[in-house]
Amino acid sequence: MAQPFVKKDDDHDEEEEYSPFHGIEKGAVLQEARVFHDPQLDARKCSQVITKLLYLLNQGETFTKVEATGVFFAVTKLFQSKDTVLRRMVYLMIKELSPSADEVIIVTSSLMKDMNSKTDMYRANAIRVLCRITDSTLLAQIERYLKQAIVDKNPVVSSAALVSAVHLLQTNPEIVKRWSNEVQEAVQSRAALVQFHALALLHQIRQNDRLAVTKLVTSLTKGSVRSPLAQCLLMRYTSQVIRESNANTQGERPFFDYLESSLRHKAEMVVFEAARAITELSGVTSRELTPAITVLQLFLSSSKPVLRFAAIRTLNKVANTHPLAVTNCNIDMESLISDQNRSIATLAITTLLKTGNESSVDRLMKQITNFMSDIADEFKIVVVEAIRSLCLKFPLKYRSLMNFLSNILREEGGFDYKKAIVDSIVILIRDIPEAKEIGLFHLCEFIEDCEFTYLSAQILHFLGNEGPKTSDPSRYIRYIYNRVILENATVRACAVSTLAKFGAMVDSLKPRIFVLLRRCLFDSDDEVRDRATLYLNTLGSDPSAETDQEVKEFLFGPLDVPLVNLETSLRNYVASEVPFDFVCVPKEIKSQPLAEKKAPGKKPAGLGAAPTAPTSAIDEYEKLLSSIPEFASFGKLFKSSAPVELTEAETEYSVNVVKHIFDSHVVFQYNCTNTITEQLLEMVTVFVDASEAEEFSEVATKPLRSLPYDLPGQTFVAFEKPEGVPATGKFSNLLKFVVKEVDPATGEAEEEGVEDEYQLEDLEIVAADYMLKVGVSNFKNAWESLDPDNERIDEYGLGVKESLTETVKAVIDILGMQPCEVSLLPNDALHLTTEKNQPCSTSSQGTDVVPSNSRSHTCLLSGIFLGNVKVLVRVSFGIDGSKQVAMKLAVRSEDLEISEKIHEIVSEG
Amino acid sequence: MDSCPSIKNVLLLDSDGKRVAVKYYTDDWPTHAAKLAFEKSVFTKTLKTNARTEAEIAMLDGYIVVYKFIQDLHFFVTGGDDENELIIATVLQGFFDAVGILLRNNVDKRSALENLDLILLCLDEIVDGGIILETEASIIASKVAVNSLDGATSLSEQTISQALATAREHLARSLLK
Repeated sequence: MAQPFVKKDDDHDEEEEYSPFHGIEKGAVLQEARVFHDPQLDARKCSQVITKLLYLLNQGETFTKVEATGVFFAVTKLFQSKDTVLRRMVYLMIKELSPSADEVIIVTSSLMKDMNSKTDMYRANAIRVLCRITDSTLLAQIERYLKQAIVDKNPVVSSAALVSAVHLLQTNPEIVKRWSNEVQEAVQSRAALVQFHALALLHQIRQNDRLAVTKLVTSLTKGSVRSPLAQCLLMRYTSQVIRESNANTQGERPFFDYLESSLRHKAEMVVFEAARAITELSGVTSRELTPAITVLQLFLSSSKPVLRFAAIRTLNKVANTHPLAVTNCNIDMESLISDQNRSIATLAITTLLKTGNESSVDRLMKQITNFMSDIADEFKIVVVEAIRSLCLKFPLKYRSLMNFLSNILREEGGFDYKKAIVDSIVILIRDIPEAKEIGLFHLCEFIEDCEFTYLSAQILHFLGNEGPKTSDPSRYIRYIYNRVILENATVRACAVSTLAKFGAMVDSLKPRIFVLLRRCLFDSDDEVRDRATLYLNTLGSDPSAETDQEVKEFLFGPLDVPLVNLETSLRNYVASEVPFDFVCVPKEIKSQPLAEKKAPGKKPAGLGAAPTAPTSAIDEYEKLLSSIPEFASFGKLFKSSAPVELTEAETEYSVNVVKHIFDSHVVFQYNCTNTITEQLLEMVTVFVDASEAEEFSEVATKPLRSLPYDLPGQTFVAFEKPEGVPATGKFSNLLKFVVKEVDPATGEAEEEGVEDEYQLEDLEIVAADYMLKVGVSNFKNAWESLDPDNERIDEYGLGVKESLTETVKAVIDILGMQPCEVSLLPNDALHLTTEKNQPCSTSSQGTDVVPSNSRSHTCLLSGIFLGNVKVLVRVSFGIDGSKQVAMKLAVRSEDLEISEKIHEIVSEG
Repeated sequence: MDSCPSIKNVLLLDSDGKRVAVKYYTDDWPTHAAKLAFEKSVFTKTLKTNARTEAEIAMLDGYIVVYKFIQDLHFFVTGGDDENELIIATVLQGFFDAVGILLRNNVDKRSALENLDLILLCLDEIVDGGIILETEASIIASKVAVNSLDGATSLSEQTISQALATAREHLARSLLK
């Protein structure tokens, strides 16, 4: 009785692994399913068979179409039975089989009958099954019942209908949308889960109607929601509303009270959701963060791992943007390093690495070393990445951090982990010159015993670039030549190239390198031999200066075309008859889709966020510009602006411009996209009228030869300006081109084109374009390190302004500088806010944020001005009762003239 | 944006990592092999942890997995990367406790397999297509047990009434809250 599925084997008891399904076979069970056809149904037997079928499916067994149809038809017979257990199993089985449309018809009537049955459990389940297998025609028939079910007094029935409706909304939105009134009623239900399901559905129905969502949130946040799950949901919708209304925030954030009060809810789930919502608010201030952080801090010492994990994970994210706000939790986090749960420990460590200061680095590293050996690779990668950013933050600590990296490099680990370490070392070598020699040495030792061909090849290539520039290049040769002796063909070939680079760059090593290269001529692999031969012949000939330079350029020069373009060209070549010519490969980099630029809800780039993205963008630009001969002589690129749109969205041609600033030149890069399928544009240029920019004179343009549909291209215009002068001006732009009709059927363009032009919006060069936003980690120290003699102070009356927030923002925009955070200590804050002004109310805060209702504010800014001059600005604002704003501006920089120039900019702005 | 809390899968594995009952609600793991690989990874990575008194949590392949073990059974509930961990934990607790009630606190692999129908019904009552249906263990158990009221099931007569009594009591208590 208690063991219904036991096979009548005698020996099963002896088996170690007892299972009632032992030896089960699909064929046999399908045979057993014949009992479904018995005129006298044995309900118990039938349930057992269904359970066996479900067991098979659950174990991953699949039924063929024929088998599935057979089972389905047999199962439908079971609706005759009144047995409730059997009926439940039948429901499950039908859902598992997901019958096709013509099969569904057979069970529809039975299910509809159950939907109107007196037994609530039947009704709830029949609704869920029917909605799962229904299509739109059938849905129209049962719509009436579903609407009733939504407002049914039994919560189980109501929930079943609501949840089914959420699923149906994906496939039949227009029908489900007609049920809004019923759903609205269900939101007011007293049953917790009904409220939750109704709220989810109602929001999905209305999600594209911003006003309706705002209304929904406004009415519900007043306190009629009881269920914790529904509270969480409401909080998410509230955050969404806050995000969308963000544009016009003045003073208090709407609904913030609701989020804050939810921090005191009795369900932990709700408390946490509220804390998380607050930390994710865009532009969240320290004052707003404080209560949320306090709650999370309490969670850190909870006995439940889930709570600790949730809290530390959120704090970890906060530390990316507001490291100072999290430092209060440092002690709690340090105790989590030894947490049983390794996920928690890893998160604690990486958070500490983000919030820690220079003095705590060594102690932290000690703790981490002990911990590294017993966590999984994926955690180690996270730690390695955290250490890398820490090292970039505190370059002075490179020695201990680099040692740590090399130690873990020697330990066991998978490819991804090793790659993360190697990448980190490479980045540190690149950014911290002092770390170069140690770093290269660690890499050399690593390739002595590296099982990953990819990594060996990468490191050898890197060594070839960096090694010859070190003080004693000869010490690396041994490591490299060892690769030639010991490794597989790929690594050997790489090593040969690396050796050749040393030979080419370091004359004193050349004869010795040649000896080594000659040995490689007898390698068993042809690629290795070919490379050795090539290098020996090209580098070996007597060194006349020009050819030598050319040879090196040819052998080791960077590939000056984007690989993507090369790939496309080669594909075309394979299909065509024309010989391949390398010169024809386009050099332009396709501009990145704009959508990538800013994901919604992203945190603002605070001081803590490493500005990695912009740097890489600038690298790309630099490469692109230096590949254009006309611009090669302009020198080092100082700054590239973010793209400025010159056309409205969704026009025929979409154009944006990037302003590249050089010392005595400015280059406009127009990124153009042709959005008309039937057109091909040729000879695209931008005619720039610089009559309102007196100090600029046009020196070069680079037209875009052809602009096919939807393939972005660039055209450039370069201007000369007085050297080192932050000249400003306004430019009007006119897009000129030859347009050719394209036959959409064949894609062929017509021979003859028509000249045409297209008016673009104006473009301005402002003072902020000459300022790089660069933060400093300690403003006070930086300020004091600059010569006070280079300080210029002046006061300005700004007239009547709406609020301080707005004024502060305007001044920051004019200067284009990076707002810094005030130091932690209150006396520092006092010291910095020189005047009688109250110090900033909270302990740490981005100084671009003005606490609401404050009458005065001090803002700290840093940046680098054209000519690489460091500039720091301390600007204090005061507002009086009649909204008159006064500003005191103190500027220190490495150059007195620049300090004065900053004042000029402000007084003009 | 789908802002409704959702569950990716619920897994009940034995102490060798083999399936007792599993339910997937998304296409994140499109093939049987992908599902098995995920289960294996979850199982091996959590095997050495002690999740017997309190539910434990781990981050795996960009998913959050909350889990709890009892005897030779391993319970897992998986949610997305940005899901509220406590919601996932609540679902797990609901599943775990409901199974406890249904198996009369005699929770091990053997009794789970012997009452597989109850386990499957239980899963069906907790999550529907990824949406949380119910998290209160006593209500889940009572929904499953109501069905076994008049059918002869794997529970003996006496134990059904026992289970029901407990379930009803839980239900009553939760309603009074």
